Amino acid sequence: MWRDGVLVAGKDLRIELRSRVVLNQVAPFSVVVLVLFALALGPSRAPIAQAAPGLFWVTLLFATVLAVQRSVAVESTEARDGLRLSGLDPAGIFLGKTAAVAVELAALEVLLGAGVLLFYGVHVRSVATLVAAAVFGTLGLAASGTLYGALAGGLRVRETLLPFLLLPVVAPVLLAGTRAWQAALGQGSTGTDPWMALLVVFAAVYLALGVVLFGPLQEAA
Amino acid sequence: MTVAPWSRRTTLVVRAVGIAALVSVVATLWLGIWVTPPDQVQHDLVRLVYVHPPIAWVALYLAFGTAALASILWLWRRTRSPMWDRLAASAVEVGAVFTALTLVTGSIWGRPTWGVWWAWDARLTSTALLLVMLLGYLALRRVPGDPDARARRCAVAAIIAAVDVPIVHFSVVWWRTLHQGATVLNANLSPTIHGSMAWTLLLGFVAFTLTFVWMLAQRMRIETLSQQLEGAELDEALQERWAEGAPAAASAPARAGAAEAAP
Repeated sequence: MWRDGVLVAGKDLRIELRSRVVLNQVAPFSVVVLVLFALALGPSRAPIAQAAPGLFWVTLLFATVLAVQRSVAVESTEARDGLRLSGLDPAGIFLGKTAAVAVELAALEVLLGAGVLLFYGVHVRSVATLVAAAVFGTLGLAASGTLYGALAGGLRVRETLLPFLLLPVVAPVLLAGTRAWQAALGQGSTGTDPWMALLVVFAAVYLALGVVLFGPLQEAA
Repeated sequence: MTVAPWSRRTTLVVRAVGIAALVSVVATLWLGIWVTPPDQVQHDLVRLVYVHPPIAWVALYLAFGTAALASILWLWRRTRSPMWDRLAASAVEVGAVFTALTLVTGSIWGRPTWGVWWAWDARLTSTALLLVMLLGYLALRRVPGDPDARARRCAVAAIIAAVDVPIVHFSVVWWRTLHQGATVLNANLSPTIHGSMAWTLLLGFVAFTLTFVWMLAQRMRIETLSQQLEGAELDEALQERWAEGAPAAASAPARAGAAEAAP
């Protein structure tokens, strides 16, 4: 399972390195969203800085939808059949695709985080909390996104269906990520522990669900 | 061609449930509006308590539980049967109606009590998210395709959404309670209610549970019939095409092969 996962993740990341769709399209799109939020809430800095953690996570959710769309689009009908015939463990395929999406999202977050610091004028109090929340949040988003991507994969309406299915389900990640970031940026008085726990639980639950359910889903596609 | 999806006995049982549901809903309304006294604090507003919690119970526990259980039973190979798929889909559809009604009745109660139609209260928020998930399932269900693949897809979707429900619930509760103190909810509802009010509330639970069961049975029947109709229409179309080809083949036996191949 782990070896298959590494193989699939390597394949997806190699495709991304050569086509650069996430880098050249999704990343600029995320920056555009950050600028649009600033236009909607600005020009004074206080409301933007106040909303910065939430805006980061909402932007990340949008980027997740796009990254998952790309991850599904990479597997054309023939490629999907090829994957099924390859004898790779479905759980491994799931983990591999999740890892590839997570790596792409992580790269995106570095860019987004720099954008938030630069444009929104916030001050970081705890880098460790910031990074930890981002890591676990990303794992949860990538796992649930890959699962829903496989669910909507073979359908002609997947571009419109995927955000509708995925976004309500990842609402807890948005809530928890935002609260953890607020604490890390010194806003609000809440502790981070329950939110971190929630992010970890979400990631673990969806990774486990994907390992169990990816096989049956592939039969349906 | 079979048209009746139910045996005689099932029809009778469902009809009895339907009549019992109707009688108990009418009785709940009668007791709730005319017999029970108005509340000391909430006056006549308290009468919504006979409707709102029973509807919410049906939506949040019965419907969602049925859908999740039926989806698991479909996915598990040993119990797989098209019936579970129909049951899950019907439960989600009826559940979406009841969830929407929960939000509407809650909103009607909230306007005079809290002064607003909508508050970002923990329960309201998680119920609204649940409704969106149910609608997502129904949207997935409407995508045309092979019935078996659709059943599999929908069963998986129901399970991954059901697992999310407790996570959503806790996150939203923390979101509210960590953010500010206790919410306005339950300040005057929690004192024990008794006498005719308690009995009416209990009857309300029975009434809406029966209504749910009856609607679920009817929805499953419609689903079965529509699937039969699809099959029947295909058969009919095939028969017509064969009938078109038959005379041509009879008049020109030498070109029988060509007539069959031609549209």
